[in-house]
Amino acid sequence: MSSTSKPAVPWLLAGPGLLLFATLLLVPLLLTAVLSFNVYDTTTGVQAGQYTLEHYVHVFTDDYYLGIFWRTFWISLLVTLICVAVGAPEAYVLSRMRNPWRSILLLIVLAPLLVSVVVRAFGWSMLLGPEGLVNGALRLIGIGPVKMLYTEIAVVIALVHVMLPFMVIPVWTSLQKLDPGVENAALSLNASPLTTLRRVVLPQVMPGVLSGSLIVFGLSASSFAIPGLLGGRRLKMVATIVYDEYLHELNWPLGATVALVLLVANMIVMLSFNRVVEGRYKKSLG
Amino acid sequence: MRNNGPLALAFNALVIAFMLAPLGVVCVVAFTPENTLSIPTTSFSLRWFRAVFEHPDFVASFWNSLWLALASATLATLLAVPAGIAVTRYQFPGRDFLNGLFLSPLIIPHLVLGVAMLRMFALVGGTGSFGWLVLAHTVIVTPYTLRLVVAALVGFDRSAEHAALSLGASQATVFRRITLPMILPGVTGGWLLAFINSFDEVTMSIFVTAPSTVTLPVRMYMYATESIDPLMAAVSALMIAVTAGAMLLLDRIYGLDRVLVGRAA
Repeated sequence: MSSTSKPAVPWLLAGPGLLLFATLLLVPLLLTAVLSFNVYDTTTGVQAGQYTLEHYVHVFTDDYYLGIFWRTFWISLLVTLICVAVGAPEAYVLSRMRNPWRSILLLIVLAPLLVSVVVRAFGWSMLLGPEGLVNGALRLIGIGPVKMLYTEIAVVIALVHVMLPFMVIPVWTSLQKLDPGVENAALSLNASPLTTLRRVVLPQVMPGVLSGSLIVFGLSASSFAIPGLLGGRRLKMVATIVYDEYLHELNWPLGATVALVLLVANMIVMLSFNRVVEGRYKKSLG
Repeated sequence: MRNNGPLALAFNALVIAFMLAPLGVVCVVAFTPENTLSIPTTSFSLRWFRAVFEHPDFVASFWNSLWLALASATLATLLAVPAGIAVTRYQFPGRDFLNGLFLSPLIIPHLVLGVAMLRMFALVGGTGSFGWLVLAHTVIVTPYTLRLVVAALVGFDRSAEHAALSLGASQATVFRRITLPMILPGVTGGWLLAFINSFDEVTMSIFVTAPSTVTLPVRMYMYATESIDPLMAAVSALMIAVTAGAMLLLDRIYGLDRVLVGRAA
């Protein structure tokens, strides 16, 4: 197969996919961007052909929306920090186990990734409810019923459960690249286990931790089913408010605006994070 | 390699328990004989599973989800194999753009995709139609298939292809008799991963389904926001069973660890 003489061949091969992605991804995103500038009238609906910036002004000045963006931000940040604190050590502990436990336990940690998020949210709503197992256990040690369901606590716990695999995977991958000889060399040169961990292991898994954080933060910020089912009617996050605008308020332009602000904010966080990380690693490896 | 200390093992046990707790509790509560969500202690019952099969909405949604996942996984595979060949075997301007475009549904929040597709379907008058729904799901599962197809294409020895070509086999024969059999584990693995992801998808689907095309996760979401009873636990247990079955298949065909962490654990 010649690779340069017939430039049309790869486009023909990728053509059907490109057609699908153009009509169902690029065009709809563009249409949604246009929609977010359309005038909306509460009685007659979307005014095609009339444009305004009022939805963007509304989203950026109304305390209600700012509050929801702020809550989404700090919940995502908290979830990311907990995932780093739990996921990175867990990947390290797993990587030092022997088979078959190593493979079995790794699969147990990662497999929930493939179970529908609705099922997992429902499981947590049973565990965290006023009559749930967690409150039952708390009662045994003498702590009165704690209201967790429909509060930030439930949303954060369930999000950590959903996101943890996304942290374990990249950390695990970078641990596989780690040469155990280096760790042993440090130990044989009389470094304490703690020093070895800090000076040898940690720097090498940092890229994994950082890329995991990026995925976890992005997915948390746009999560829908977890805040929808565990946050109740009052505790809204960005995704659930978009759903409300679309299906209850029927104000599509405003919903489109919130969704696009989320998309752009996500992109900015990811790109700037990427830049910072790349810069640092270029410097240290340079 | 050093062993883990007791503290590390205790930590590990806690994390494993945390990961299994919500799935375990769902599976146990599904067997309750009571009318309320409770852990069955003395007797077990299948009454809530029977109730699921007698609930017309859940049955209809299950078939919707099944056909949707079969159709979109198949379509995604049919698109991803040639696209994968294009981006791995050819150097051409626009290659990075194509690759990025096909993988972009992994980065764009499903919420945004749902909103965007709803707008598109409303304009073409296809809101809630099953055909459009299949195409929408195809977009979100294609990246999973493409990644495995690309991995299969990159990691194989092309000398057999060159030998066949030099012996006078046509390009089509080479593809059918050599390339396809060699990348088949990646292709079937990608199909299964696409199936699972389509079957489980809720965030985008909730925007683009109509009452007649509601999928099982969307039905469950709507049901759970209104009432919580053991019926929901039974449906969840069945969902877990379907996913676990697909995962076992995936493990036998491709290796679950390779799908999840990219290489043998």
